[in-house]
Amino acid sequence: MTMPSDAPRTVRPFYWSVRRELWEHRALYIAPLAAAGVVLFGFVISAMNLWRFRHALLSLTPDKRAVVASIPYDIAAAAIIITGLIVGVLYCLGALHNERRDRTILFWKSLPASDLITVLSKASIPLVVMPAIAFVVVLALQLIMLAINAVVLLADGLGAPTAQMLLPQMTLVLVYLLVVLALWYAPIWGWLLLISAWARRTPFLWAFLPPLALVVLEKIAFDTSHFGQLLAYRLSGFEQAFTVPHRGQHVIGLPEIDPVSFVTNPDLWTGLGVAAAFLAAAVWVRRYREPI
Amino acid sequence: MACIEARGLRKAYGATIALDGIDLRVEEGRILGLIGPNGAGKSTALNAILGLTPFQGELKVLGRDPWTQRDQLMRDVCFIADVAVLPRWMRVSQALDYVAGVHPRFDRAKAEAFLAKTDIKRASLVRQLSKGMVTQLHLALVMAIDARLLVLDEPTLGLDLLYRKQFYDSLLNDYFDGQRTIVVTTHQVEEVQHILTDLMFINHGRIVLSCSMEDFETRYLELMARPEHVAEARALKPIHERQVFGRSLMLFDSIEREWLAALGEVRTASIADLFVAVMGGQGGQPQTGQTSPTTKILGASA
Repeated sequence: MTMPSDAPRTVRPFYWSVRRELWEHRALYIAPLAAAGVVLFGFVISAMNLWRFRHALLSLTPDKRAVVASIPYDIAAAAIIITGLIVGVLYCLGALHNERRDRTILFWKSLPASDLITVLSKASIPLVVMPAIAFVVVLALQLIMLAINAVVLLADGLGAPTAQMLLPQMTLVLVYLLVVLALWYAPIWGWLLLISAWARRTPFLWAFLPPLALVVLEKIAFDTSHFGQLLAYRLSGFEQAFTVPHRGQHVIGLPEIDPVSFVTNPDLWTGLGVAAAFLAAAVWVRRYREPI
Repeated sequence: MACIEARGLRKAYGATIALDGIDLRVEEGRILGLIGPNGAGKSTALNAILGLTPFQGELKVLGRDPWTQRDQLMRDVCFIADVAVLPRWMRVSQALDYVAGVHPRFDRAKAEAFLAKTDIKRASLVRQLSKGMVTQLHLALVMAIDARLLVLDEPTLGLDLLYRKQFYDSLLNDYFDGQRTIVVTTHQVEEVQHILTDLMFINHGRIVLSCSMEDFETRYLELMARPEHVAEARALKPIHERQVFGRSLMLFDSIEREWLAALGEVRTASIADLFVAVMGGQGGQPQTGQTSPTTKILGASA
């Protein structure tokens, strides 16, 4: 007979809290997979029609042909990433609100997973887990598309497929884009989680109406739009990571990407600071406000 | 060391006073029943003990302030809240995985052994279980946690008699070891009478009665007076009298059993009878106005 040990077992509350989120919110991976299915369906239809553009394609220079060939892959990546962002917004708005609405917070709070660990595990979903899911789904999707492409192109006698040469580069750019998006949008995720923890009802309205009202108010009162520009910059500013600093043009290839200028951008760090403040406030609200 | 110690515990929601300066001390190894009408302040008291609500006054649970030291406290304290709060989307196996993953004092084998005695399947979702089974599952999770204090807020609400009986039997036989402390609130007082070691009535945010069950059994006696002795019995100032089938049932506080035995049949009072006697006179209870006209409140000095 073995004696039960008195030493407490080692536990991993953060790891299991993240697992718990994935159990509850299966849309986090089902939605990107569904989007991949739709993209794949469209791609198969268009690949079957490829022979119609045979002459047009053959008349292009190899460089141009590579650009044209890579378009469906970019569309596929964009579809998955945008789906992931939408799912992320819906997830964050419910993450700290639904547990209060259905009172399950009384169960979670009966266990030694602190409010800090809980909020951080929920923040890790849009910051780490969703980018990782998007990466795996996009990569798998692009590989399948490549395989279909190879079969169709060879069958049509268009010669060796061109897109596969681009895949390593596309994958690197994809990783860079996902990291850039996660860091740049961090204050947005923090804001949504804070509202989710704070709002007694309709977190969706609380998250979007007050900033909108502020924009309108500023316009009426001062006839300026600094706040609106700030919001627009936060939504679109990640593009700087893909802009050649002094020319103001979009980067063309991997060698032109300059992570150093992105990482040294003070706006990135301001955003991360704001994100940390929002998350700290969310922890505080979950900890010190009465749960129901 | 006292498990729970409160002095002047106060809590107000705006103008409503939920707890009006409570003093209490619960030693380790006790099973305390906290009994009171709806809105008496039971849940507020429990929430304060569990660090879910801020409070005024002094409160120490296992030597810690539950509001400021909640994270450390929750390793030694466990609770079942007054509603079915297990997440409905969760599978039974996931609930076991999760609690095992976050609680250093959870004994999975014990929870599995308890579940094996029920009809609950590992693959079931919580939403597919009956209310009784959800409570069984919650109890299985909680009983497998080696906590020093277990707080149960209306754990058997809405369950049928069989589940309720089984719930308290399991708690007493499989969980309670004489060192752990249990605090339970319930309206089904008859069912907890035999498991409690201490009893506390709370009303309007104040403790109106507090005694150990040994004291309870010697102090409170119920007399079914023979008709010829009714006047004599009333002279002993029962704290409550009611008529059952034309006979007077009187509840006495601290009257010698032998004196009463001479006047009729004597038995130990039930918590329910005492509750009615004590609370009925307080006017805090919705059913006060609806009690049958034969119930007379003769006094509420407990």
